[in-house]
Amino acid sequence: MRKLSMSKAIREAMHEEMVRDENVIVIGEDLGKMGSPFGVTLGFLDEFGPNRVIETPICESGFTGMAVGAAMRGIRPVVELMYVDFVGVAADPIINQAAKMRYMTGGQVSIPMVIRAPMGAGRRNAGQHSQCLETYFTHIPGLKLVCPSTPAEAKGLLKAAIRDDDPVVFLEHKLLYADKGEMPEEEQVIPLGLANVKREGNDVTIIAWSRQVLFALEAAKELEKDGIDVEVIDLRTLVPLDWEAIKKSVCKTHNVVIAQEGYKRSGFAGEIATQIMEELFDELDSPVERVAGLNTVPPYSPPLEDVFFPNSNDIVRAVKKVVSYKLYEGAH
Amino acid sequence: MSILTSNNVKDQYSTEMLLHMYEDMVRIRKFEMQATVCFSAGELAGNIHTCVGQEATAVGSCQALEKTDFITSTHRGHGHCIGKGAKTDKVMAELFGKVTGYCRGKGGSMHVADLGLGILGANGIVGAGLPIATGSALTSKIRESGEVTLAFFGDAGSNHGTFHESINMAAAWNLPVVYLCENNLYGVSVDINSVINTETIAERAQAYGIPGVTVDGNDVLAVYEAVKTAVQHARQGKGPSIVECQTYRIRGHYEGDPSSYRPKELTEEWKKKDPIEKFREHLLKLGVSEDDLSAIDTAMDKEIKEAYEFAKSSPYPDVSEVTLDVYASENERSVIR
Repeated sequence: MRKLSMSKAIREAMHEEMVRDENVIVIGEDLGKMGSPFGVTLGFLDEFGPNRVIETPICESGFTGMAVGAAMRGIRPVVELMYVDFVGVAADPIINQAAKMRYMTGGQVSIPMVIRAPMGAGRRNAGQHSQCLETYFTHIPGLKLVCPSTPAEAKGLLKAAIRDDDPVVFLEHKLLYADKGEMPEEEQVIPLGLANVKREGNDVTIIAWSRQVLFALEAAKELEKDGIDVEVIDLRTLVPLDWEAIKKSVCKTHNVVIAQEGYKRSGFAGEIATQIMEELFDELDSPVERVAGLNTVPPYSPPLEDVFFPNSNDIVRAVKKVVSYKLYEGAH
Repeated sequence: MSILTSNNVKDQYSTEMLLHMYEDMVRIRKFEMQATVCFSAGELAGNIHTCVGQEATAVGSCQALEKTDFITSTHRGHGHCIGKGAKTDKVMAELFGKVTGYCRGKGGSMHVADLGLGILGANGIVGAGLPIATGSALTSKIRESGEVTLAFFGDAGSNHGTFHESINMAAAWNLPVVYLCENNLYGVSVDINSVINTETIAERAQAYGIPGVTVDGNDVLAVYEAVKTAVQHARQGKGPSIVECQTYRIRGHYEGDPSSYRPKELTEEWKKKDPIEKFREHLLKLGVSEDDLSAIDTAMDKEIKEAYEFAKSSPYPDVSEVTLDVYASENERSVIR
């Protein structure tokens, strides 16, 4: 089977979609000769020309807003924010324009636009280039949000995102770009909204996305040594959320750990935990546990950054806490 | 900096076109006055921002566009939309939040849109229309489809980062777009001269290497001529222009705003420069009969009365619509959860 890194898989997805549909264009900084900082548009300028590879000045608000206008006219722009942290300067076109345009025009127009952005800590990039900001987007009705964890899924989900008629935010963890994975022989378009059970188990469910899926799988191996049988769900898309998959697993294991890299406070893990509490309270044998980034600024100094975001050891600890919880003993 | 007026242009227009422009200006004025009455009577929800006194910029600009061209508009957008062909009954119904409005009542006063008429939407965020118009122009360039997009924005919008970012890109890539600034002297309550350091907004065009002109925004033919030139420039692939129309909103920023930040004398002075009165006098001088103009006034009274009755008698959207059209596609799982 063919193996590809995630960055090459993402490049392949965009390339195939640009060949398939002439309305698909890429917009962003350094997408031309440089081929974007992570190489995902290498060669595109030569192949598709400057009308479809829009290399912009550094002005995230302007070019993201421009993409919204193009999308209203039927173009399918794939916008790259060089880092998701830069959403701070491109917030209005995303949250007030792209997300709301369909609703506010009474359904006259859709915004078939993808906003791709690298995210995540672990590269010693400090506070403005290391964040996971899923929650910024999941909070806004009108946006969809995808966070892949493997090259094959990144490709299949990105193709679906480009074909989707709604604005889709597609977040790629920087430390996954170089990871190689097996690619399917045939074209694969993975529908948005379907989670992937990456490992089946009976004792506890770990719900994760993006790089935390890899940590969850490592943790599951470690926990196996202690006889704890872990199920790992890779959500893949946070909006739409695959509630069916979550429900099925929770009703089987009755114990839940949710792992996210982003800040714990107001994170999406809290949203999932709340939904489980609201609808599956009687299924739970223990309180839902969250594993998440600390509520601090992503630090530059290596020993500080290493404790800032969670890894497999943190997940192992959380699972052990959950499975050792004795029902009713917590009450006083 | 010279300000263009219709004294600089020749009287060479067809009577049909002139009467059409007069009709649209009266239509907009009467629409806005009806809206203020409805607002005072508690018939409208939210806020409305009227363009009374600014009708010439909307009509002069739209007259210079083709039906297939596009506009983006602002929170003060009723006039732009009507000028681009929106029907007063459906705009009024939108203000009433009724399902028969252009956006099924989901956008309201600040968000009238009709893609079929080339109205890419009024917008509640100051400065947000400029990049959208730029993206529309980019699309026309990519497709070589020949449309021009015109972005309406105000003096306040001209100080937004999106003004610079949009015009810079459009100028660099020769995009077919016209940036139409309605300088009505106040951004909500702030005097434009207290927050900018140039005599005009149009002179900023020099920074982008594009044409920029300042016109008397209460002179509909001056606006028309300036925009026509800018539209031709854009359509010929020569890129964007800035057209600044100096005008004044006679009423407050929103209905109910007492405008305490403006000297009353200034408002009185601008009332004397009423764009409709001015154009009416011009037409009479050209030999158009008083009767013809009065017939238009009467017809517009009737149209607006009917628009009001249509809006008032139309149903609200069914409450089941509250989550309709948040998304275009549902995917494999509920997108609303």
